[in-house]
Amino acid sequence: MKLDQVARGLLLKEFVSGFVLAMKYFFKPKATINYPFEMGHRGPRFRGEHALRRYPNGEERCIACKLCEAICPAQAITIEAGPRRNDGTRRTTRYDIDMVKCIYCGMCQEACPVDAIVEGPNFEFSVETREELLYDKQKLLDNGDRWEREIARNLAADAPYR
Amino acid sequence: MTFWETFCLVALTALKSLVMLSALLVFIAFALLADRKIWAAVQLRRGPNVVGPFGLFQSFADLIKFVIKEPVIPAGANKAIFLLAPMVFATLALASWAVIPLADGWAIADINVGITYIFAISSLGVYGVIMGGWASNSKYAFLGALRSAAQMISYEVSLGFVIICVLLCAGSLNLSRIVMAQDTSLGLFGWYWLWLFPMFVVFFISALAETNRPPFDLPEAESELVAGYMVEYSSTPYLLFMLGEYVAIMTMCALGTVLFLGGWLSPIPFAPFTWVPGLIWFTLKASFLFFMIAMVKAMVPRYRYDQLMRLGWKVFLPLSLISVIVVAFVLKLTGLAPGA
Repeated sequence: MKLDQVARGLLLKEFVSGFVLAMKYFFKPKATINYPFEMGHRGPRFRGEHALRRYPNGEERCIACKLCEAICPAQAITIEAGPRRNDGTRRTTRYDIDMVKCIYCGMCQEACPVDAIVEGPNFEFSVETREELLYDKQKLLDNGDRWEREIARNLAADAPYR
Repeated sequence: MTFWETFCLVALTALKSLVMLSALLVFIAFALLADRKIWAAVQLRRGPNVVGPFGLFQSFADLIKFVIKEPVIPAGANKAIFLLAPMVFATLALASWAVIPLADGWAIADINVGITYIFAISSLGVYGVIMGGWASNSKYAFLGALRSAAQMISYEVSLGFVIICVLLCAGSLNLSRIVMAQDTSLGLFGWYWLWLFPMFVVFFISALAETNRPPFDLPEAESELVAGYMVEYSSTPYLLFMLGEYVAIMTMCALGTVLFLGGWLSPIPFAPFTWVPGLIWFTLKASFLFFMIAMVKAMVPRYRYDQLMRLGWKVFLPLSLISVIVVAFVLKLTGLAPGA
């Protein structure tokens, strides 16, 4: 037993087998993705950065029902509502999301009767100051315009299961 | 010798050293990248690949980053020694390259005690480590320095006996003559790695321990001591320690090449292969050894401290000591001893 061990040690059996194994892994395809240049898969229910959507005619969807504000468990949403100047319909005058408070639970999206507030597929919105993460209505609407194609596709993909 | 002759000699040596050092440092910059890439490849990762094509300029980006960062000196540190330590470490590591023959007659100082010089200089490197660990005035750095010093000293003993084996066969302390002694008609199989194979293995493993490489990287064990004796260092002083470490690794690769892999000699001793310049063979062999060192880092788990000491004192020391006796006897009895 002992002699056997010594002989194997001298012949570097374990080193050689370890080396062969390591070389096998050396030439295997990489398990990691080349992140900033290629993205991993995100499902249609991915809950990323928030966006306020518009109807295809440019009309904003949100009707200031405040269901999202009521359901938000982190109380990250603040809405103020009022009649609009030209036609008197009820619209938000203020729609703020504190992205620092937000826990990305997706409840606002579930609560919304008109699919106005949604969580889009974007997760790369890091900024350098905290103030930049206090989103206002304009920022959310801009997000909606920028990500509308992906958001609409994801909602359509998820629709049969709702 | 007149003044001008002396001046020209000094200037020429300085120029040679400058060329040698810049070539060495650029080579080490790429070796560092190769080290990280090999490590990544074995772990199915990509490694650094953003700076330049395939990440080739990563080391230079790191260099710039280190240099422009703020050097933090702890309030309790002994400032002079704290800053002196990395300089001592890096300078000593670079100094040993003076005697390494890169090709036939291509050593800056072709001195007759070359191997003793390298051994002395690499032993002095421990002082850089101890000074750094002590001057930091931090218990973690101090423990790291103690571990490192104990480890470097333990493995130097067996390394010394390994070198004695080679010296017995070669009959010279001059590195160029050690290479020439391996120049036989057998080519690849005439080098000492085959004749002294167990000693080659002991040399390789001791070289890993001597340069604090994994699996013997206890002094800077990430999970226990963060960075060992370097824990308080940042910016350029840290860079100097890292640089010194990698230069020491390359020195060990070069020494292994000279002692066991026939230095600049061609592995196949006839026409088309002997035309290739010696420098290329030397670089290839040293790179091969470096590749092996990088692979060991990727595939072997770290030793425990008592295992490290057991291996050094209870396995390698007797093994190398017996080998010295056996080699001496064989050389004497067969009459193969040089000069006999």
